[in-house]
Amino acid sequence: MERIKTLETRDLCESAKKGGCGECQTSCQSACKTSCGVANQQCENKAE
Amino acid sequence: MLHQYKLNGFNIVLDTCSGAVHSVDEVAYDIIEMYQSHTREEIVNAMLEKYADREDVTREDLNLCIDDVESLKKAGKLFTPDTFEDIAGTFKERSGNVIKALCLHVAHTCNLNCSYCFASQGKYHGDRALMSFETGKRALDFLIENSGTRTNLEVDFFGGEPLMNWDVVKKLIEYGRSVEKEKHKNFRFTVTTNGMLIDDDVIDFCNREVSNVVLSLDGRKEIHDRLRVDYQGKGSYDTIVPKFQKFVEARGDKGYYMRGTFTHANPDFTKDVFHMADLGFTELSMEPVVGKPTDPSSLTPEDIEIVKEQYEILAKDMLRREQEGKPITFYHYMLDLTSGPCIYKRISGCGSGTEYMAVTPWGDLYPCHQFVGEEEYKLGNIWDGVTNNEKREEFRSCNAYAREECKDCWAKLYCSGGCAANAFHASGSIRGIYEPGCELFKKRIECAIMMRVCEDSWK
Repeated sequence: MERIKTLETRDLCESAKKGGCGECQTSCQSACKTSCGVANQQCENKAE
Repeated sequence: MLHQYKLNGFNIVLDTCSGAVHSVDEVAYDIIEMYQSHTREEIVNAMLEKYADREDVTREDLNLCIDDVESLKKAGKLFTPDTFEDIAGTFKERSGNVIKALCLHVAHTCNLNCSYCFASQGKYHGDRALMSFETGKRALDFLIENSGTRTNLEVDFFGGEPLMNWDVVKKLIEYGRSVEKEKHKNFRFTVTTNGMLIDDDVIDFCNREVSNVVLSLDGRKEIHDRLRVDYQGKGSYDTIVPKFQKFVEARGDKGYYMRGTFTHANPDFTKDVFHMADLGFTELSMEPVVGKPTDPSSLTPEDIEIVKEQYEILAKDMLRREQEGKPITFYHYMLDLTSGPCIYKRISGCGSGTEYMAVTPWGDLYPCHQFVGEEEYKLGNIWDGVTNNEKREEFRSCNAYAREECKDCWAKLYCSGGCAANAFHASGSIRGIYEPGCELFKKRIECAIMMRVCEDSWK
């Protein structure tokens, strides 16, 4: 029986090859202003 | 590195370096836990013993599950080795001295007198001041000049209370719009406000020109009015809530956040989040107060435990609302597993002190809004640029791998090593850590990922 379900996710190792365009939002600017969470930002890399 | 946890009936396995997320049953959960340190035979025998009463747990089935684990490992989705550490320090260097975001302190003054304000009622421990148009214009020019090839430039009008300098804010946005095309830039403006001065002009202009507004509301009236008072000590709730409702209703699908702070008075902050939802707001953010442990409003170690439970309550309730077709958004639970940030962003963090800076009303540059007033952290000014290169390099060296305490932490690629300002205020160094913040952050990420796993199970 299937005991493992793998969710669709962005492969971080792959993203090292084409990432880093720097166009995504500065995380702190959008709402929190008092903590550093980057995981909730959207990728804006149009070249990928 | 793996992180395994159980939450809301789900068994979750994160492969932190690939970013893979697995929802597994309890047998696979145990197998994965044993996999790296036991032989296949040892694992099978241990599982047969543990699940002796389960008909579905057979030797054959267990071997198939171990095969699956092996396949996932080969595919780079389980036990992915950490290959980022050696290159982590080079990521920020690639950007050179590019600056892409400014927090403009257009008003170091405020019409509220909130005792917990990290900006000491907008003054940042200095004099009251308003930014002139000329200074603001120079700040926007400075940003354009230093933004290299970046297209998206972010400018947050902040304070104090920025609407106390509204005419200048409007003129600066108009100026930004007038030059962005020829400069091949795209300004994204944000206004963060306590709401007291919102009127039709603010609503119309912001809904046309400002991509995101952050509206400060702490939730329930008795909680909000306890700290968010005017100079006569009168609570602001009754004044601002109708204004916020009108503002948000007129905003359509443009971005906004209701943004609250919770303190020792309300570690049960979900009541405040739900109160905001009851008022008709759907885009919500609620942050733990940042302060010295001696401040009466600071969260105690007991509060931290309550808050962690509250994060679980919030996640479960949000899933319920989603199923009922009335979803709300909580800033920290927005986690897009397929289109989220690349490893560069995950390692580099918010960019404070390098890509992101704060500008005071008189044009001085600081690493971020939370450092304004800390003289040793002044980086330079918008006319001469960054002159304190030593401090800029200190910020450049901050990343997910820069702190010894983060070395074995599964969450470092979600927080990038944490907020430099929180670390500075807690430990005296931007290379330190703010441990209560870490604890809460990890809980939030666990909840956010659990929500994605739960949503996936509905498919």
